[in-house]
Amino acid sequence: MKYLLLKHYRGGPAPIVDYGSIDQWKPEEVDAHVQYMRDFAARLEETGEFVDGQALAPQGTFVRYDGEGRPPVTDGPFAETKDLIAGWMVIDVESWDRAVELAGELSAAPGPRGEPIREWLEVRPFLTEPPVVTE
Amino acid sequence: MNESLLRELVPAVIGVLVRRGADFASAEDAVQEALIRALATWPDDPPRDQKAWLVAVAWHRFLDATRAEASRRGREVAVQAEPPAGPAPATDDTLRLYFLCAHPTLPPASAVALTLRAVGGLTTRQIAAAYLVPEATMAQRISRAKRKIAGLPLDQAGDLGTVLRVLYLVFNEGYGGDVDLAAEAIRLARQLAALTEEPEVAGLLALMLLHHARRASRTGPGGRLVPLAEQDRSRWDTGLIAEGVTILQTALARDRLGEYQAQAAIAALHADAPAACETDWVQIVEWYDELLLLTGSPVVRLNRAVAVGEADGPQAGLAALAGVDPGLPRYAAVTAYLHERAGDLERAAELYAEASRAAASVPERDHLTREAARVRQLLRR
Repeated sequence: MKYLLLKHYRGGPAPIVDYGSIDQWKPEEVDAHVQYMRDFAARLEETGEFVDGQALAPQGTFVRYDGEGRPPVTDGPFAETKDLIAGWMVIDVESWDRAVELAGELSAAPGPRGEPIREWLEVRPFLTEPPVVTE
Repeated sequence: MNESLLRELVPAVIGVLVRRGADFASAEDAVQEALIRALATWPDDPPRDQKAWLVAVAWHRFLDATRAEASRRGREVAVQAEPPAGPAPATDDTLRLYFLCAHPTLPPASAVALTLRAVGGLTTRQIAAAYLVPEATMAQRISRAKRKIAGLPLDQAGDLGTVLRVLYLVFNEGYGGDVDLAAEAIRLARQLAALTEEPEVAGLLALMLLHHARRASRTGPGGRLVPLAEQDRSRWDTGLIAEGVTILQTALARDRLGEYQAQAAIAALHADAPAACETDWVQIVEWYDELLLLTGSPVVRLNRAVAVGEADGPQAGLAALAGVDPGLPRYAAVTAYLHERAGDLERAAELYAEASRAAASVPERDHLTREAARVRQLLRR
């Protein structure tokens, strides 16, 4: 079963602890955090559960169709949208419980003084192809 | 089996099929199929004559495909089943393939894919993996590119400038999946340099070699980006540097300067310095001036400001930024660095943080975040 682990810059439940933006941390704390993320992905590759992971730049904009022969309308970028996605990881695991367990581990990435940052991550199941046998 | 030797045969085999009357698109498809079969069967059953094997298998594939197509359309097969034997001007064929695959009418991503397949002898699957797109998408990109250049004559000299840009793009992509694109770009540039005397080809090859020489020192533990000034120079590949410098000197002696030679000259000056503090920044600025005259590129102007900052001090560097578009990638990173050198740590930290948000890659973003953190730590002391 595939699940999407979504990391948000903003949005979701209120943070448990506010550690400030990462550029306010000490250099070695930044290194430890980055290393934890890399190790986590590498470990999931080892266990055969990693599918994909991508980071997104904070810039971006909303776009919509505006009728035949007209250029699309854009809205944004907004300095303070309510929700801003920072990146994602796609995992392929045995169960929902395993997906939640892994999201919990990812959320324990170290922050200032090496403490787990406990950030909220969103876990979303993928819709799948219909099964061949349904009865 | 030596896969890179096998790949070297690909352009020549395409050339043979084309000379026998096949159109480029079908010939290229047939050779790709032969290549995939070679990769599967040669490890257990290597042929005595590799090129002859590839030509024979590809030619049969081509005939099969043509007959199938002809019977679909109810037409006669126009090509001869038994090809005439003739002299094989293989070097010209290969050079023309470079021109065709990097034809100016093709979008860069398509030219890159087609060059890697037809000239580089990579499989669609390998190219797709290197560029992180599905194999079907890459296959489609390649066949669309081939349709676009269908009907272009294979016997004309092309635009060397676009060929060099394509190789440069491949090189800059670096390392993706199981194919080392930087090494592949160097192989293709070497092959091209053997086919033409153009000093810019030599310049590009030298530039690649000089950058490749520093590869091992560019990343630290955990994939961390290590800037030039902090690199462990004992890990630079002196063999590649010596080769790059020799190639560059020969090219410069022809007295037809171009952008790749100028860039290689800058890389050579960095390679030449035993320590970062011994870098000849004055000469580097002069080369940036040349490069600016040649290209007028805003990115060159930005990089030149860094060199000016080193040669004449950070204030001069900041002054050299006047007129450079602040929207450029790395503009914030450059200004951050110059402000730090000028002692304005507050501003530098803000700019590093801003630069990290504008970074185009994860390693770059993490590096700039760390720079912001480092300067903030200095401020707390």
